[in-house]
Amino acid sequence: MAKRRAVGKNVLRKEGREKVTGRARYIDDIPFGNVLYVRTIRSTVPAGEIADIRYNFDRDGFTIVDHLDVPGRNIVALIDEDQPSLAERTVRHVAEPIALIAHSDRTTLATADVAVSYSETLPTYDPERSEIAFKQIAIDKGTLERGLAAADVIVEGEYRAGHQEQLYIEPNGVVAVPENGGITLYGSLQCPYYVHRALTVLLGLPPEKVRVVQTETGGGFGGKEEYPSMIAGHAALVAMKAGRPAKLVYDRVEDMLATTKRHPAIVRHRTGVKKDGRLTAMDIDVVLDGGAYATLSGVVLSRGMIHSSGPYRCDHIRARGRVTMTNTPPNGAFRGFGAPQTQFAVETHMDVIADRLGIDPLRLRERNALRPGDTTATGQRVGKDCSALQVLREAGRRTSFSRRRRTLKGTNRGIGLSLFFHGSGFTGGGEVKLASKASLALTERGVQIRVASTEIGQGTRTMHAQIVADTLGIAYDQVDVSIADTAMVPDSGPTVASRTCMIVGRLLQRCAEDMRTRLGRMTPAAYFKKHGGFVVTKQYEKPPGLEWDDETYRGDAYGSYGWACDVVEVEVDPITYQATPVAFTTVHEIGRAIHPMLAAGQIEGGSSQGLGYALLEEVVMRGGKMANAQLTNYIIPTTLDTPPMTIKILEQPYKHGPFGAKGVGEMPIDGPAPAVVNALRHAGVVVSEIPATPERIMKAKL
Amino acid sequence: MRLTVNRKTVTVKAPPLTRLLDVLREECGLTGTKEGCGEGECGACTVLVDGEAVNSCLVPVAQVQGTRITTIEGLGGTHPLQGAFVKHGGAQCGICTPGMILAAAALGPRPSLDEIRTGLAGNLCRCTGYAAIYRSIQLASRARSRARSKGKGQKAKA
Repeated sequence: MAKRRAVGKNVLRKEGREKVTGRARYIDDIPFGNVLYVRTIRSTVPAGEIADIRYNFDRDGFTIVDHLDVPGRNIVALIDEDQPSLAERTVRHVAEPIALIAHSDRTTLATADVAVSYSETLPTYDPERSEIAFKQIAIDKGTLERGLAAADVIVEGEYRAGHQEQLYIEPNGVVAVPENGGITLYGSLQCPYYVHRALTVLLGLPPEKVRVVQTETGGGFGGKEEYPSMIAGHAALVAMKAGRPAKLVYDRVEDMLATTKRHPAIVRHRTGVKKDGRLTAMDIDVVLDGGAYATLSGVVLSRGMIHSSGPYRCDHIRARGRVTMTNTPPNGAFRGFGAPQTQFAVETHMDVIADRLGIDPLRLRERNALRPGDTTATGQRVGKDCSALQVLREAGRRTSFSRRRRTLKGTNRGIGLSLFFHGSGFTGGGEVKLASKASLALTERGVQIRVASTEIGQGTRTMHAQIVADTLGIAYDQVDVSIADTAMVPDSGPTVASRTCMIVGRLLQRCAEDMRTRLGRMTPAAYFKKHGGFVVTKQYEKPPGLEWDDETYRGDAYGSYGWACDVVEVEVDPITYQATPVAFTTVHEIGRAIHPMLAAGQIEGGSSQGLGYALLEEVVMRGGKMANAQLTNYIIPTTLDTPPMTIKILEQPYKHGPFGAKGVGEMPIDGPAPAVVNALRHAGVVVSEIPATPERIMKAKL
Repeated sequence: MRLTVNRKTVTVKAPPLTRLLDVLREECGLTGTKEGCGEGECGACTVLVDGEAVNSCLVPVAQVQGTRITTIEGLGGTHPLQGAFVKHGGAQCGICTPGMILAAAALGPRPSLDEIRTGLAGNLCRCTGYAAIYRSIQLASRARSRARSKGKGQKAKA
C-alpha cells in the first residue's frame, strides 16, 4: 500500500465550494417545470373517527388525493405496518395526514377551504398508562436479588426527559416526477433505499420503476431517517394522479407539528452499592413514549436499553423497557436513538449515588468503569479498544475536576461530569440483516464511490474519499463521489446509527483493496487507458466472533463502542433561575479520526445539541398538539447559549474499522444533559427532569 | 420596481408587500438565500442591505427600493470568508452558511470574538455548535491581514 496521504488530514470538504457560494442546490432551489404544489390536510383532533370531509372550493385546476387513490398498500412501509400514508377512518394524532390537495398556484392552494368533521374518542397521553406497547425488552445479567443482597446501600431515583425536535435548518421537502411509467423522487433525506421501498409498497410499483435521488440536504439528525418515506409517498400519490411533478416542502411550523421527535422517557433506577462505591446490582425500568404509530420505536428502545446501565461493570443487572402508544405525533429517530435518554438517567443517578456515599463523582466512576475484558449488560466482552477509564481520567485531568469541585462549592456555579459510550453500527444482528453493499468504479477521471450513504453535513463524501484514496494510494482529488441516486448506487443501508464511517467506510476500503490488486502496478489512469473501466462491489461480512441472540438479548450488541467524558461548568442566576453553561470540555475516543476537523465538528455540534436538550429545548404538548411549533418559542442554542468548548480526541483503533475508525456521529449528544444536571446538583439545584428550564430550577430552589 | 442586487439593476414585478426573500429566490433566481423559519428567528435568509445584515423573510420588497442588496452570489466566491468557511469547517450541511457568511461580512474585516458571538446571535446553526464558524471568521481576518501586509510589501496600493 502506498503511503497515506489523506487519512488523518483535514482535506477540503468535497462540496465545500458549492456550499459557501450558494451554488449547492437543496430541494427548494431546483426548478421543476409544470409543477403542482401540494398541501396536506391533517387531523385537528388527537383521536377519533373521520365523519365527513368537505372540499369547499371550485375543484377546477385542483388535484385531490385521499386513501382511495393509493394504488398499492396504504402504509408507510418501515418495520411494523401500522401507519397509513393517509388516514382511512381512524385518526390517532393531531396532524395525522388525511388528504392531499394540489394546485399550480400557491395562493389558491393556501386559501382553499377543507372541512373535516370527526367523532372524537378519548385520547391517551400518559405513556405509563397506555395499554398498547409497541415493543418490550428485557435484559438480564446475573441475578438481581443476589446483587441487591450484597449491597451496603440501595439508592433509588426517577428521571424524566422530554421530547426534542431535530430542528435541521432545512425543513423536510421532496419533489415527485412521474417518468417512464414510474416515479422519480428528489428530496432532502438520509436513507434513499428506505424511501425507495416505501414507494414501491405504496404505489404498487416494481423496484425498477421507482428512483430516489437525494438532493443536497440541510441537516437530518435522524429527522430525515423515516419521515421522508411519508412525505415522499404524498408527493408521489399526487404526481401519479395528476401526471405532473408534485412539490411538497414543509414550512417550519408544519415541520415541527407533524414530523417525528425524540421519544420522551421515564427511567427508574434501583441500585445496590458497596460503601466503597462498587456497584453490586442495577435494576432499571424504562418507559418511552412512542406516540401514535410504531415507526422506529422498537429499535430506539433497543439501543436505549443496551446503553441503560452506562459504561459500567456490574455483575447483576435487570433492565426492563417498553415503548408505548400515545395519541401524539409519532416519535422517531434522533441522533443518539434512545441512548441519550437512558444515559441521562444512569449518569444523573451516579451522582446521586456519589452524594449518598460521600464519594467524589469521578472516583465513583473510576471504580466502576468498564475495563478491557469486562462484560456489558448483554454479556459482551469489551475489547482492547474500551477506553472508559482513559477518557474519564483525561477529562478529569484537563479540568482539574476534583479540585475545581472543591473550589466552587457553595457558589452559584457548579461543575459536573458524565461518562458515556455509544455502540457503532446497527444493534445486534442488524448489520447482518441489512447486508449492505458498496461499490467503487474505475473511471476516466480516477475512481468513483457509489454508496447510498448520504452527505447531510457530517462529511460522508469527504471521509469516504479519504479512505478510498489512501487504500488505493491515489490522490484525494482523484476520488469522485456519486450522488446518492438509487439508479446509480447499491443499497449501503441507511445513513444512521454511527455506521457510515465504520461499516460503509470499511466496505469501501475492501472495494479499494480489491481494486488495488486488480490494478497491479498500474495507475488507475493507465489501467483505464489500456483495459477500460470496471466496478468492484463488496457486501457486509460479519467480523469473526461477533455473536448476538435477539431472543435472549445476550451477546455482542455492537461491533465496537466509542467512549467519552464531558465536564461542564454551569452558572445559576439567583434571580432569574436561568442556568448557563460557561465552560465545556469533552474527551472522545473514536478509534481513528479519518478527518480530525470533521470529527471535531461532529463532537462540537452534537454537544451543542446536547446542551440544548439539557437546558433549553422544551416541546410543549397541549391536547396532543405541539403548542410551540415555531422557532420563536422552541429555543435551540444560539451563539450566546453555547459556551467555549475544549475538544480532545483519543484514538484506540478498532481492528475491523477502516484505519481503525469507530462511529462518532451520535455519541456527543449522550453526555451533556447528565453533566449539566450534575453540575446543577453541585450548585445546589436538584433536578431530575430535562430540560432544566428556569421554571424547573425555581421549583427545585423553593 | 427597481432594485440593485449584487451591483446589477433589476426590475421586479412582484407586489410591494412580497417578501424580499421570495423576490430574490423566485424573480432573481438567487437561490443561495435560504428560508429556514419564515419568521426572522433563524437567519438563513440573511442578506446585506446597504451593508447591513437583515432577515429577507421579514422585509417587504417595497422597503428596499433604492438600496444596494448583496446576496451570497454577490460575494463572487473569492471573499476571504468563503475560503475560510470551507477550510476551517464553518460549513457542514451548508443551509445556514450563506446567511452566516453574510452576517459575518457585516461585522467588518476584523471582529473580536465577542463581536462575532453577538453579531451572529440571530443566525442559527444546528450542525457546528458555532465553534468552527468562529474559527473560520477569525482565520479569514488573519488571512486578510496577511494578504494586505504582503500586498503592501510589494507595492503601495490602497
